[in-house]
Amino acid sequence: MTPRALGFLLATSLLPTAGLHAAQADHVTASHAWIRLLPGDLPAGGYVTLQNNGATAATLVAAQSAAYASVMIHQSLQETDGTSRMAMIGRLMIPAHGDMSLVPASYHLMLQQASHPLKVGDSVDITLDFADGSRLPVHFLVRPANAVDTN
Amino acid sequence: MKPPRLAHLACLSIVFIASLLLAACHHDEPPPWQLADISGHMPDLSFQLTDDQGKAVSGADYRGKVTVLYFGYTHCPDVCPLTLAHLHVVMQRLGKLSDGVRILFVSVDPTRDTPAVLHDYVSAFDSHAVGLTGSPADIEALSKRYRAAFTREPGKTDGSYDVSHSSGIYIFDGNGKVRLLATPADSQDKLVHDLHLLLSPGDAT
Repeated sequence: MTPRALGFLLATSLLPTAGLHAAQADHVTASHAWIRLLPGDLPAGGYVTLQNNGATAATLVAAQSAAYASVMIHQSLQETDGTSRMAMIGRLMIPAHGDMSLVPASYHLMLQQASHPLKVGDSVDITLDFADGSRLPVHFLVRPANAVDTN
Repeated sequence: MKPPRLAHLACLSIVFIASLLLAACHHDEPPPWQLADISGHMPDLSFQLTDDQGKAVSGADYRGKVTVLYFGYTHCPDVCPLTLAHLHVVMQRLGKLSDGVRILFVSVDPTRDTPAVLHDYVSAFDSHAVGLTGSPADIEALSKRYRAAFTREPGKTDGSYDVSHSSGIYIFDGNGKVRLLATPADSQDKLVHDLHLLLSPGDAT
Protein backbone atom coordinates (compact mmCIF):
# COMPACT_ATOMS: atom_id res chain seq x y z
CA MET A 1 0.00 0.00 0.00
CA THR A 2 1.36 3.36 -0.93
CA PRO A 3 1.75 5.94 1.84
CA ARG A 4 -0.79 8.08 -0.01
CA ALA A 5 -3.41 5.30 -0.02
CA LEU A 6 -2.73 4.64 3.68
CA GLY A 7 -3.25 8.30 4.41
CA PHE A 8 -6.54 8.25 2.55
CA LEU A 9 -7.72 5.19 4.46
CA LEU A 10 -6.78 6.76 7.80
CA ALA A 11 -8.51 9.99 6.90
CA THR A 12 -11.73 8.30 5.81
CA SER A 13 -11.78 6.04 8.88
CA LEU A 14 -11.63 9.13 11.09
CA LEU A 15 -14.48 10.86 9.34
CA PRO A 16 -17.36 8.84 10.82
CA THR A 17 -16.09 9.54 14.36
CA ALA A 18 -16.17 13.27 13.76
CA GLY A 19 -19.62 12.97 12.20
CA LEU A 20 -21.21 11.05 15.07
CA HIS A 21 -21.34 14.00 17.45
CA ALA A 22 -22.30 17.54 16.66
CA ALA A 23 -19.00 19.18 17.47
CA GLN A 24 -19.05 22.07 19.96
CA ALA A 25 -17.10 24.33 17.63
CA ASP A 26 -19.77 23.90 14.92
CA HIS A 27 -22.30 25.74 17.07
CA VAL A 28 -20.06 28.59 18.14
CA THR A 29 -19.66 31.83 16.22
CA ALA A 30 -17.03 34.43 17.03
CA SER A 31 -17.35 38.21 16.71
CA HIS A 32 -15.47 41.36 17.84
CA ALA A 33 -12.18 39.48 17.79
CA TRP A 34 -9.23 41.82 18.36
CA ILE A 35 -5.76 42.05 19.87
CA ARG A 36 -4.39 45.01 21.79
CA LEU A 37 -0.90 45.43 20.34
CA LEU A 38 1.78 46.53 22.83
CA PRO A 39 5.28 47.75 21.93
CA GLY A 40 8.26 45.40 21.66
CA ASP A 41 7.49 41.81 22.56
CA LEU A 42 5.26 42.57 25.53
CA PRO A 43 2.42 40.12 26.13
CA ALA A 44 -0.80 41.22 24.44
CA GLY A 45 -4.46 40.68 25.30
CA GLY A 46 -6.82 38.97 22.86
CA TYR A 47 -10.57 39.56 23.02
CA VAL A 48 -13.56 37.91 21.35
CA THR A 49 -17.28 37.39 21.87
CA LEU A 50 -18.38 33.77 21.49
CA GLN A 51 -22.00 32.92 20.75
CA ASN A 52 -23.12 29.33 21.28
CA ASN A 53 -26.14 28.50 19.11
CA GLY A 54 -26.18 24.87 20.21
CA ALA A 55 -28.52 23.12 22.64
CA THR A 56 -25.61 22.04 24.84
CA ALA A 57 -22.84 24.06 26.46
CA ALA A 58 -19.53 24.45 24.66
CA THR A 59 -16.34 24.55 26.72
CA LEU A 60 -13.25 26.40 25.58
CA VAL A 61 -10.17 24.62 26.92
CA ALA A 62 -7.23 26.12 25.03
CA ALA A 63 -6.19 28.35 22.16
CA GLN A 64 -3.20 28.41 19.84
CA SER A 65 -1.72 30.48 17.08
CA ALA A 66 1.22 30.28 14.73
CA ALA A 67 1.74 33.98 15.47
CA TYR A 68 2.47 33.43 19.19
CA ALA A 69 4.58 30.83 21.01
CA SER A 70 2.15 30.89 23.91
CA VAL A 71 -1.61 31.53 24.11
CA MET A 72 -3.32 31.17 27.48
CA ILE A 73 -6.83 31.78 28.75
CA HIS A 74 -6.65 34.28 31.59
CA GLN A 75 -8.98 36.14 33.86
CA SER A 76 -8.28 39.51 35.45
CA LEU A 77 -9.62 39.64 38.97
CA GLN A 78 -10.37 42.67 41.08
CA GLU A 79 -9.96 41.89 44.78
CA THR A 80 -12.07 43.60 47.42
CA ASP A 81 -8.99 45.52 48.61
CA GLY A 82 -8.69 47.12 45.15
CA THR A 83 -5.86 44.86 44.02
CA SER A 84 -5.88 43.63 40.43
CA ARG A 85 -4.38 40.23 39.57
CA MET A 86 -4.50 37.58 36.84
CA ALA A 87 -5.44 33.93 37.04
CA MET A 88 -5.05 31.16 34.46
CA ILE A 89 -8.31 29.53 33.41
CA GLY A 90 -8.41 25.86 32.35
CA ARG A 91 -12.00 25.77 31.07
CA LEU A 92 -14.37 28.48 29.97
CA MET A 93 -17.99 27.47 29.42
CA ILE A 94 -20.25 29.09 26.84
CA PRO A 95 -23.81 28.20 27.89
CA ALA A 96 -26.28 26.63 25.47
CA HIS A 97 -28.00 29.37 23.42
CA GLY A 98 -25.85 31.88 25.26
CA ASP A 99 -22.64 33.83 24.90
CA MET A 100 -19.38 34.46 26.66
CA SER A 101 -17.41 37.65 26.16
CA LEU A 102 -13.66 37.84 26.48
CA VAL A 103 -13.31 41.58 27.10
CA PRO A 104 -10.78 43.87 28.84
CA ALA A 105 -10.59 43.54 32.64
CA SER A 106 -12.28 40.12 32.50
CA TYR A 107 -11.59 36.90 30.59
CA HIS A 108 -8.99 37.32 27.84
CA LEU A 109 -6.36 35.47 25.85
CA MET A 110 -2.83 36.21 27.01
CA LEU A 111 -0.63 36.17 23.91
CA GLN A 112 3.11 35.87 24.41
CA GLN A 113 6.26 35.75 22.28
CA ALA A 114 5.10 36.83 18.85
CA SER A 115 6.79 34.79 16.12
CA HIS A 116 7.13 37.92 13.97
CA PRO A 117 6.49 41.63 14.65
CA LEU A 118 2.83 42.55 14.21
CA LYS A 119 1.41 45.90 13.22
CA VAL A 120 -1.93 47.63 13.63
CA GLY A 121 -4.40 46.44 10.99
CA ASP A 122 -2.90 42.93 10.70
CA SER A 123 -5.16 39.92 10.98
CA VAL A 124 -3.96 37.13 13.28
CA ASP A 125 -5.39 33.60 13.12
CA ILE A 126 -6.04 32.04 16.51
CA THR A 127 -7.59 28.58 16.82
CA LEU A 128 -9.92 27.97 19.74
CA ASP A 129 -9.93 24.40 21.11
CA PHE A 130 -13.08 22.98 22.66
CA ALA A 131 -13.48 20.19 25.22
CA ASP A 132 -14.63 17.63 22.62
CA GLY A 133 -11.55 18.21 20.50
CA SER A 134 -13.33 20.39 17.94
CA ARG A 135 -11.68 23.60 16.80
CA LEU A 136 -12.76 27.03 15.69
CA PRO A 137 -10.34 29.21 13.69
CA VAL A 138 -10.89 32.94 14.32
CA HIS A 139 -9.35 36.02 12.67
CA PHE A 140 -8.31 38.61 15.25
CA LEU A 141 -7.81 42.23 14.17
CA VAL A 142 -4.66 43.89 15.55
CA ARG A 143 -5.59 47.23 17.13
CA PRO A 144 -3.39 49.95 18.72
CA ALA A 145 -2.38 49.91 22.40
CA ASN A 146 -4.75 52.76 23.25
CA ALA A 147 -7.81 51.28 21.50
CA VAL A 148 -10.95 51.17 23.60
CA ASP A 149 -13.44 48.35 23.37
CA THR A 150 -15.44 47.98 20.17
CA ASN A 151 -19.07 47.10 20.12
CA MET B 1 -68.50 78.97 51.34
CA LYS B 2 -66.44 80.58 48.58
CA PRO B 3 -63.90 82.62 50.60
CA PRO B 4 -62.65 79.67 52.73
CA ARG B 5 -62.13 77.54 49.62
CA LEU B 6 -60.10 80.28 47.97
CA ALA B 7 -57.98 80.63 51.09
CA HIS B 8 -57.42 76.92 51.12
CA LEU B 9 -56.32 76.98 47.49
CA ALA B 10 -53.99 79.90 48.16
CA CYS B 11 -52.49 78.03 51.07
CA LEU B 12 -51.94 74.96 48.96
CA SER B 13 -50.31 76.92 46.16
CA ILE B 14 -47.94 78.62 48.62
CA VAL B 15 -46.88 75.20 49.91
CA PHE B 16 -46.50 74.02 46.34
CA ILE B 17 -44.37 77.01 45.29
CA ALA B 18 -42.27 76.74 48.45
CA SER B 19 -41.55 73.08 47.77
CA LEU B 20 -40.59 73.94 44.19
CA LEU B 21 -38.19 76.60 45.45
CA LEU B 22 -36.66 74.16 47.93
CA ALA B 23 -36.24 71.58 45.21
CA ALA B 24 -34.63 74.22 42.99
CA CYS B 25 -32.22 75.15 45.80
CA HIS B 26 -31.15 71.54 46.21
CA HIS B 27 -30.77 71.25 42.47
CA ASP B 28 -28.38 74.21 42.35
CA GLU B 29 -25.85 72.60 44.69
CA PRO B 30 -24.72 69.27 43.28
CA PRO B 31 -21.63 67.79 44.94
CA PRO B 32 -18.70 69.26 43.01
CA TRP B 33 -16.80 65.97 42.59
CA GLN B 34 -18.01 62.82 40.91
CA LEU B 35 -14.98 60.75 41.97
CA ALA B 36 -14.08 60.00 45.60
CA ASP B 37 -12.83 63.20 47.27
CA ILE B 38 -9.75 62.21 49.32
CA SER B 39 -8.44 65.75 49.94
CA GLY B 40 -6.40 65.80 53.13
CA HIS B 41 -6.54 62.04 53.56
CA MET B 42 -3.21 61.22 51.94
CA PRO B 43 0.19 62.97 51.83
CA ASP B 44 1.32 65.36 49.08
CA LEU B 45 2.91 63.94 45.92
CA SER B 46 6.54 63.17 46.74
CA PHE B 47 9.00 60.66 45.26
CA GLN B 48 12.54 60.17 43.93
CA LEU B 49 12.40 58.11 40.75
CA THR B 50 13.76 57.91 37.17
CA ASP B 51 11.55 58.97 34.26
CA ASP B 52 11.27 57.19 30.90
CA GLN B 53 14.01 59.44 29.46
CA GLY B 54 16.41 58.13 32.13
CA LYS B 55 16.33 61.42 34.08
CA ALA B 56 16.15 61.56 37.91
CA VAL B 57 12.86 63.21 38.86
CA SER B 58 10.99 64.08 42.04
CA GLY B 59 7.39 64.91 42.88
CA ALA B 60 8.29 68.62 42.92
CA ASP B 61 9.16 68.46 39.20
CA TYR B 62 5.45 68.06 38.44
CA ARG B 63 4.20 71.06 40.43
CA GLY B 64 2.04 73.21 38.19
CA LYS B 65 0.52 70.14 36.55
CA VAL B 66 -2.46 68.13 37.65
CA THR B 67 -1.04 64.62 38.05
CA VAL B 68 -2.78 61.29 37.60
CA LEU B 69 -0.80 58.59 39.43
CA TYR B 70 -1.25 54.92 38.54
CA PHE B 71 0.78 51.85 39.51
CA GLY B 72 1.24 49.07 36.96
CA TYR B 73 3.78 47.21 34.83
CA THR B 74 4.37 46.74 31.13
CA HIS B 75 4.00 42.93 31.12
CA CYS B 76 0.40 43.37 32.28
CA PRO B 77 -1.58 42.70 29.08
CA ASP B 78 -5.12 43.47 30.21
CA VAL B 79 -6.00 45.86 33.04
CA CYS B 80 -3.01 48.28 32.80
CA PRO B 81 -3.44 48.92 29.05
CA LEU B 82 -7.20 49.26 29.49
CA THR B 83 -6.71 51.90 32.21
CA LEU B 84 -4.14 53.80 30.13
CA ALA B 85 -6.37 53.59 27.01
CA HIS B 86 -9.27 55.05 29.01
CA LEU B 87 -7.02 57.83 30.34
CA HIS B 88 -5.98 58.55 26.73
CA VAL B 89 -9.63 59.05 25.74
CA VAL B 90 -10.09 61.28 28.80
CA MET B 91 -7.09 63.39 27.68
CA GLN B 92 -8.57 63.68 24.17
CA ARG B 93 -11.89 64.78 25.59
CA LEU B 94 -10.19 67.45 27.73
CA GLY B 95 -8.77 68.98 24.54
CA LYS B 96 -6.35 71.86 25.15
CA LEU B 97 -6.76 71.53 28.94
CA SER B 98 -4.96 68.17 28.82
CA ASP B 99 -1.65 70.06 28.46
CA GLY B 100 -2.01 70.79 32.17
CA VAL B 101 -2.09 67.07 33.04
CA ARG B 102 0.63 64.44 33.45
CA ILE B 103 -0.25 60.76 33.73
CA LEU B 104 2.41 59.21 35.97
CA PHE B 105 2.65 55.46 35.29
CA VAL B 106 4.79 54.02 38.10
CA SER B 107 6.22 50.57 37.39
CA VAL B 108 5.90 48.00 40.16
CA ASP B 109 8.22 45.76 38.12
CA PRO B 110 11.51 47.72 37.94
CA THR B 111 13.50 44.57 37.04
CA ARG B 112 11.92 44.38 33.58
CA ASP B 113 10.69 47.96 33.19
CA THR B 114 13.78 49.94 32.24
CA PRO B 115 13.31 53.61 31.23
CA ALA B 116 13.57 52.57 27.54
CA VAL B 117 10.88 49.87 27.84
CA LEU B 118 8.66 52.28 29.76
CA HIS B 119 9.20 55.01 27.18
CA ASP B 120 7.96 52.84 24.30
CA TYR B 121 5.08 51.64 26.44
CA VAL B 122 3.67 54.97 27.67
CA SER B 123 4.25 56.60 24.26
CA ALA B 124 1.95 54.00 22.71
CA PHE B 125 -0.89 55.34 24.86
CA ASP B 126 -0.73 59.10 25.32
CA SER B 127 1.67 62.00 24.89
CA HIS B 128 0.84 63.22 28.43
CA ALA B 129 1.95 59.95 30.01
CA VAL B 130 5.29 59.62 31.80
CA GLY B 131 6.75 56.26 32.81
CA LEU B 132 8.51 56.19 36.19
CA THR B 133 10.79 53.50 37.54
CA GLY B 134 13.52 53.28 40.17
CA SER B 135 15.01 51.15 42.89
CA PRO B 136 12.65 48.60 44.47
CA ALA B 137 13.01 50.53 47.77
CA ASP B 138 12.02 53.88 46.20
CA ILE B 139 9.04 52.34 44.41
CA GLU B 140 7.91 50.59 47.56
CA ALA B 141 8.22 53.87 49.47
CA LEU B 142 5.90 55.59 46.98
CA SER B 143 3.35 52.76 46.89
CA LYS B 144 3.30 52.61 50.70
CA ARG B 145 2.81 56.37 50.87
CA TYR B 146 -0.49 55.88 49.01
CA ARG B 147 -1.29 52.48 50.55
CA ALA B 148 -1.08 50.86 47.11
CA ALA B 149 0.08 47.28 47.69
CA PHE B 150 1.75 45.13 45.07
CA THR B 151 3.04 41.54 45.12
CA ARG B 152 5.16 39.62 42.66
CA GLU B 153 3.34 36.36 41.98
CA PRO B 154 5.23 33.02 41.89
CA GLY B 155 7.10 32.59 38.58
CA LYS B 156 5.91 30.33 35.80
CA THR B 157 7.86 27.58 34.08
CA ASP B 158 8.95 29.86 31.23
CA GLY B 159 10.51 32.34 33.67
CA SER B 160 7.78 34.95 33.28
CA TYR B 161 5.76 36.23 36.21
CA ASP B 162 2.78 38.44 36.99
CA VAL B 163 2.54 41.25 39.51
CA SER B 164 -0.72 41.81 41.32
CA HIS B 165 -1.13 45.46 42.13
CA SER B 166 -3.47 48.11 43.46
CA SER B 167 -5.58 49.53 40.64
CA GLY B 168 -6.37 52.93 42.19
CA ILE B 169 -5.90 56.11 40.16
CA TYR B 170 -4.74 58.99 42.40
CA ILE B 171 -5.30 62.57 41.27
CA PHE B 172 -3.24 65.48 42.63
CA ASP B 173 -3.70 69.19 41.98
CA GLY B 174 -1.02 71.55 40.66
CA ASN B 175 0.29 72.09 44.20
CA GLY B 176 0.88 68.36 44.66
CA LYS B 177 -2.06 68.05 47.08
CA VAL B 178 -4.01 64.81 46.84
CA ARG B 179 -7.58 65.46 45.69
CA LEU B 180 -9.39 62.48 44.16
CA LEU B 181 -9.29 58.70 43.92
CA ALA B 182 -10.69 56.85 40.90
CA THR B 183 -10.87 53.16 40.10
CA PRO B 184 -10.64 51.58 36.62
CA ALA B 185 -14.40 51.01 36.88
CA ASP B 186 -15.14 54.76 37.11
CA SER B 187 -16.51 56.19 33.88
CA GLN B 188 -14.58 58.45 31.54
CA ASP B 189 -17.35 61.02 32.10
CA LYS B 190 -16.51 61.26 35.81
CA LEU B 191 -12.79 61.65 35.12
CA VAL B 192 -13.40 64.29 32.44
CA HIS B 193 -15.81 66.19 34.71
CA ASP B 194 -13.50 66.25 37.73
CA LEU B 195 -10.27 66.91 35.81
CA HIS B 196 -12.05 69.75 34.00
CA LEU B 197 -13.00 71.22 37.37
CA LEU B 198 -9.41 70.89 38.67
CA LEU B 199 -7.90 72.40 35.52
CA SER B 200 -10.34 75.21 34.83
CA PRO B 201 -9.40 78.69 35.99
CA GLY B 202 -11.67 79.82 38.78
CA ASP B 203 -11.63 76.45 40.52
CA ALA B 204 -11.37 77.09 44.25
CA THR B 205 -8.31 75.10 45.29
